[in-house]
Amino acid sequence: MTDAETTKPVPPAFPEEAPEAGSGKMISAMGAIGLIAGILIVFTYQVTFPFIQDNKARLLEKAIFEVVPGAATKRVFTVDAAGKVTEVAEADPKQLTLYACYKSGGGLAGVALEASGQGFQDVIRVIYGYDPQKEAVVGMKVLQSTETPGLGDKIEKDPQFLDNFEALDVKLNPDGDVLVNPLEMVKSGQKTDPWQISAITGATISSRAITAMLRESTAKNIPLIVQRLPELQKGD
Amino acid sequence: MPETSTSKPPENMDTFLKGIWKENPVFVQLLGMCPVLAVTNSVINALVMGLATTFVLLMSNTLVSLLRKLIPKQVRIATYILIIATFVTVADYTIQAVSIEVHKALGAFISLIVVNCIILGRAEAFASKNTLGRSVLDALGMGGGFTIAVLCLGVVREVLGNGTFAGIPVFGESFEPWIVMILPGGAFFVLGGWLLLFSWLKQRKKQTELAA
Repeated sequence: MTDAETTKPVPPAFPEEAPEAGSGKMISAMGAIGLIAGILIVFTYQVTFPFIQDNKARLLEKAIFEVVPGAATKRVFTVDAAGKVTEVAEADPKQLTLYACYKSGGGLAGVALEASGQGFQDVIRVIYGYDPQKEAVVGMKVLQSTETPGLGDKIEKDPQFLDNFEALDVKLNPDGDVLVNPLEMVKSGQKTDPWQISAITGATISSRAITAMLRESTAKNIPLIVQRLPELQKGD
Repeated sequence: MPETSTSKPPENMDTFLKGIWKENPVFVQLLGMCPVLAVTNSVINALVMGLATTFVLLMSNTLVSLLRKLIPKQVRIATYILIIATFVTVADYTIQAVSIEVHKALGAFISLIVVNCIILGRAEAFASKNTLGRSVLDALGMGGGFTIAVLCLGVVREVLGNGTFAGIPVFGESFEPWIVMILPGGAFFVLGGWLLLFSWLKQRKKQTELAA
């Protein structure tokens, strides 16, 4: 008994150096904080989720009505691998989505769809509108890009560049399966034909990226849209 | 609480003010340089980044101070990071809910608040040793100092680089923006300029004190 008393550990020299806590205490402390953290995150997620969804939908909807002039209402269609068109309530990111837009008095105003491709720094995503009556692209808006501020990001707001997409010719051949003139990029100010996109000086790579993604997307999807036009027009 | 925040008013006021001026996290301690350089290309981005960081700092300091006696020393850094990451996620969702455009502009830098050394630094150096009241004041002071600093950079960079203040044009049509100012290089120039100004002010103060 007296032995145990004499070998009592001396108090630590630095009171700040707390004695080694048992593993149980460490685990329970971390577990408890982890639990609080989890509850907080789930709670915030639940509260903000509807607002975030709203914001995203509003952003997309604004973009859709911007690229299809004269549109008043829209319906969402998806196209599966076999080319079958189905109306859906929510866009499915895995399938090609067509946003059919209707004029306020009825009648198809145009079809909006997304295209994406590699830009200067990261993937650029755009949405563009196609008017089947004019057989032309009638509007384009950048949804997501990380192009260089002041140079590459002119693809988002440069008025001269955006003018390219007000009546960009995408006529189909008589068989309706290929574009007569695939889209092409020319140097700034040298646009002569309605299927040409005049690039931005100082943002050649970004302009080329937009041209490439639109060329690919129009070549693939415009014939499909024209083919499925009756289905997109119905019930307006 | 053994000490309430009202027991030592002058010292507590100092606790708040030192973050703003004497120990400004950016201009004096040179902490958190990554967001300072990366997201100060416009006034709005800088302001949102400053406020988000202040919010995370405030919440993490509060929780760390409250739990300081319960957290075993050996696992304190892990728990601090857990607490900080939680509030960063909360801030991330909140910004998305308020304005998705701003969230898009700030990109990955919201999530990177987790590794902003100001926050972990204050948790370790201050909140883990001080009472709740003092920790809250410290967080507000440091957060305020950080916000002021990023705004200092954001205002200069947007006005010179884009000719606008928070999106409103401030110069006439003829103004040619200095694009370099909103590019990464401009961030270094402007930060260097502000640091120069602050060290000059400090030096001058020292000299007048010596002369007196």
